Amino acid sequence: MVEFLQFTLSGIVFGMIYSAIALSLVLIWRGTRLLNFAQGGMAMLTTYVAIEVIYKTHSYWAGFVIALVAGLILGAASELTVVRPTAGKPELNAVIVTIGLLILFEGLAGIFFGGQYRSFPAAFSVTGLRVNGTPLGVSRFDVFTVAAVLATTLILAVTFRYTTAGLRMRAAAFNATVARLSGIRVGRVLTVGWALAGLLGALAGVLVSPSTFLYPNSMDAIFVLGFTAAVIGGLDSPAGAVVGGLLLGVGLSYVGGYLNSDLTSLVALGVLVLVLMIRPNGLFAGARMRRV
Amino acid sequence: MSSGTNGLGPAVGSDRDGAAGGSDRDGAAGGSASLAVDGLVAGYGEVIALDGVTVMAGAGSITAVLGANGAGKTTLLRAVSGMIKARRGRILLADHDVVGRSPEQIVRAGIAHVPEGQGVIPELTVEENLRIGMMSWRRGPRAGRVAALEEEYARFKPLADRRRKPASTLSGGERQMLVIARALLARPRVLLLDEPSLGLAPRVMAQVMDLIVQLSRERGLTIVLVEQNARSALAIADHGVVLNLGRVVASADAAILATDVALRHHYLGF
Repeated sequence: MVEFLQFTLSGIVFGMIYSAIALSLVLIWRGTRLLNFAQGGMAMLTTYVAIEVIYKTHSYWAGFVIALVAGLILGAASELTVVRPTAGKPELNAVIVTIGLLILFEGLAGIFFGGQYRSFPAAFSVTGLRVNGTPLGVSRFDVFTVAAVLATTLILAVTFRYTTAGLRMRAAAFNATVARLSGIRVGRVLTVGWALAGLLGALAGVLVSPSTFLYPNSMDAIFVLGFTAAVIGGLDSPAGAVVGGLLLGVGLSYVGGYLNSDLTSLVALGVLVLVLMIRPNGLFAGARMRRV
Repeated sequence: MSSGTNGLGPAVGSDRDGAAGGSDRDGAAGGSASLAVDGLVAGYGEVIALDGVTVMAGAGSITAVLGANGAGKTTLLRAVSGMIKARRGRILLADHDVVGRSPEQIVRAGIAHVPEGQGVIPELTVEENLRIGMMSWRRGPRAGRVAALEEEYARFKPLADRRRKPASTLSGGERQMLVIARALLARPRVLLLDEPSLGLAPRVMAQVMDLIVQLSRERGLTIVLVEQNARSALAIADHGVVLNLGRVVASADAAILATDVALRHHYLGF
């Protein structure tokens, strides 16, 4: 019973990381129908920025904040320079461009930071918490991880739903033609979307790197899991991204805990294939057709 | 049959937004402006859909653009609103050439386009759909926007009743009201309507036509109306233009066009 609790809680923690990546993918997908294959690479790069800042300033929080800012900048810069020119061209162009960005980021990281595994500090203690002597399987840092992702998600959700800027983004995502004819600068909206995706990726990166260590490919697996979570929830649905992440995180935690930790990747891929086969629009998608 | 008025003067410079003497987009109604296209050429890829079209819509008038499917009517509106790039020709808003501007700039200059069919965003509420219409406004006090919304709600009661409901719950006629109200919120001086009666029941279509006449009279809005239903369009228009295969084949007072039986049979189907 205690085991169940531990697996569930640690599954929720990792699930939140997958949710963060899934959310960043959904943000970009909704506006542009583009899957940002470079999302993991962006997160990895901003985490390297964080670690360098932390080494130089001896301040974790300086690194944390600067990583988030770097995420905003990297996201916006990617959209403006290489993704924007692919608008209106065959979709394959955009796909190739984001894969190219991924390769570029991982190559740059290798050149500037080297390929060796580096440890990344955690914001808070990583010793397991106990309640009445029962080990929970999660630490203070894990609680911080969940809180940080939830808080960011909530802030974004509130912004989208209740502000004019958020309305602009939703309008541009649902119907870019109507948006443009109403005076919305859809180009700017897209850049902001990518910037926010970069921010979410950066957050995921600094939160997960204490567990995975940091190296040029460290976010590849997380990207795949985040993508799976987004597919489970439905690529159009932010709520789905969060739920998908949690489901995947908890599910894989049970698989790893009760069966075998080597099976988790296999199961993750199996889930992805299953969802794509049975309900490709994801759990949260209505049977809504998108107007072209 | 063409009445041949081609009094298009030279364009007075190509100013950036706002300088086309438009409304200052703070919510004040902008009055009306004439719209003219001069020798407009536009198309899609290799297909030329507009082959040198010249149309004049006087300030405050209703101009009907008619013709069979594929004649270029929708392309004309799209070129004027900037959705597609004109390859040649001028688009004169009150004698200022706005050709080549983006849709975002053109709506700020004072031309609002209600495209055919699509227009309502069903996932958003009625009020959110309307607020999108004010996105071209310059920053200003919120009170102005609220007042503008209330004004549209007063005119369109069904929208007021459903303001917080998803726009997907609206009927066809109500949706048409919504997209027109949204366009009006952009405080345009020229309103382009593409097939506003499409898919509507006859009674609702009549209401929409009445609305269009009201807008022209009350607000002095210059209206360019593309319609398949030539009879209804000519009944409310001041001037009519008939397109065929991307060219203007007739341009005259609506009353004259309506009585030209040969023309009607040949191009308009009645």
